[in-house]
Amino acid sequence: MLTDLTIHELAGLFRRKAATPTQAAREYLDRIAALDPKVKAYLTVTGEAALARAAEADARFQAGAPLSPLDGVPLGLKDVLCTRGVRTTCGSKILESFVPPYDATVVARLQRAGAVVLGKLNMDEFAMGSSTENSGFFTTRNPWDLSRVPGGSSGGSAAAVAADLAAATLGTDTGGSIRQPAAFCGNVGLKPTYGRVSRYGLVAFASSLDQIGPFTKDVEDAALMLQAIAGHDPKDSTSATVPVPDYAAGLGRGVEGLRVGIPAEYFIDGLDPEVESAVRAAIEILRGLGAKTESVSLPHTEYGLAAYYLIGPAEASSNLARYDGVKYGLRVPGSRDLIDMYSRTRGAGFGAEVKRRVMLGTYALSAGYHDAYYGKAQRVRTLVQRDFQHAFERVDVIVAPTTPSVAFKVGEKADPLSMYLNDVFTIPVNLAGLPGVSVPAGFTRAGLPIGVQVIGKAFEEETVLRTAKAYETATEWRKRKPELAA
Amino acid sequence: MPEPKITMQEVEQVARLARLALSDAEKESMRRELDGILSYIDKLRALDTEGVPPTSHAVPMTNVMREDEPVPSLPQADMLANAPDRSGEFFRVPKIIEE
Repeated sequence: MLTDLTIHELAGLFRRKAATPTQAAREYLDRIAALDPKVKAYLTVTGEAALARAAEADARFQAGAPLSPLDGVPLGLKDVLCTRGVRTTCGSKILESFVPPYDATVVARLQRAGAVVLGKLNMDEFAMGSSTENSGFFTTRNPWDLSRVPGGSSGGSAAAVAADLAAATLGTDTGGSIRQPAAFCGNVGLKPTYGRVSRYGLVAFASSLDQIGPFTKDVEDAALMLQAIAGHDPKDSTSATVPVPDYAAGLGRGVEGLRVGIPAEYFIDGLDPEVESAVRAAIEILRGLGAKTESVSLPHTEYGLAAYYLIGPAEASSNLARYDGVKYGLRVPGSRDLIDMYSRTRGAGFGAEVKRRVMLGTYALSAGYHDAYYGKAQRVRTLVQRDFQHAFERVDVIVAPTTPSVAFKVGEKADPLSMYLNDVFTIPVNLAGLPGVSVPAGFTRAGLPIGVQVIGKAFEEETVLRTAKAYETATEWRKRKPELAA
Repeated sequence: MPEPKITMQEVEQVARLARLALSDAEKESMRRELDGILSYIDKLRALDTEGVPPTSHAVPMTNVMREDEPVPSLPQADMLANAPDRSGEFFRVPKIIEE
């Protein structure tokens, strides 16, 4: 089945004319129709547009002139990315009917590469959550066990790749929202260095933390996706002018002599023993491939979560102030005045977690509390960054668990704080702005995926990816697929 | 019992600042949940950050400017297309000023 294949395998078939983009798009759309009622990854499926774009790609391959390695490849996009003329909800009722008048830069780049967009994927509302249970519409299910969550906030993006409902997808990661669902769903999930990928058209949650990145079936695909979306954008003043290398070129270099740091603080009491043993086995494999491992210390790890739950909500409270019922989105009728309209609209349109974070952020920034909370958190952020800087004086990459546990059951983590603890190993990487990838590292006895995380220095995605690739090549996790019957 | 980290009065004040209409039940659960979260966050107080500069931005970048040249923006019709209530080229809203 074409839907089993990676991007690079599909591209090979297209080039050899052994299959066409229209065939691939049709197979994916059929599979979505058959299985998505169970997985619930998609919020919007753009079938007609996808087939039209696939037909255009067919012609290009006929003429032997593909646009890029992604030409004709069927992809899904997290519904936090603006797509011109296609409803974009951010998983929120407040934007239930919002149709953006422009494409996000990453979307435009994928279009120019010839990719075929299958639709928009479910997520925790405004990217706030770790399970996709905060979606204003429904909860996506983990394809490996439909009673469990796919992780979040990019749950739809992860589930779609795991269930072969897209060849690859884009998600976003502010505190772990690509890496954690990738670990829960057995995908490769990459968060690039902050600034590597343009945020123009990414509906903002926390502007100093948000990054867009791919979910893929293997590491080579992640390199191809990153290649298509990375690079400076004059429309995003936080995007970096650092040149974009050829990410696929050095993938096979291996890890001989690579210095790998194992952070002591990530191997704590609360870590699931099966996750720990899979990660330690991964480290052994890297050693066997010629990497040199040593223990490193990131002493402020435990404070990262607390700092994040001040910085993130503070920035969110500012970014979400725009949802006021004036220019777009929901407006609750019958208000007595403007302020009443704002309050009732936001009260009706935002879900509980969003309200909680807006409240927390507003509080942390308010007069009298600003320094004690937000100011303090920013200083802790400096300490977290410095931890990584010191460690990276001695090692090239850091290898650690992605999450403390595997996918939990829907409804299991009712307490907000217990939900936040899912991101304890991913958050520090966002605070420091570094690149991180989660790759499949095995399964629990119960058959649930486990992820291992590789963290690198700023703008060293090549080193991160080649480490991940070396490990992946030495293992066979990617051959296992969830059992999903129609 | 430890001092509550946030009072009901503060919850109401913050909700006003954030322009969020909360039901009584929501206010009560909000107070409890924020209290729990703020108690957790309190561990930051134990950390000595004397002399540590704040980081607002992970990657060092200062004011990014562009040439002061006009470039096409979005057409007005596109900008009004999602308007909940529109009057010609205006977004119509309830009255702002109290009588």
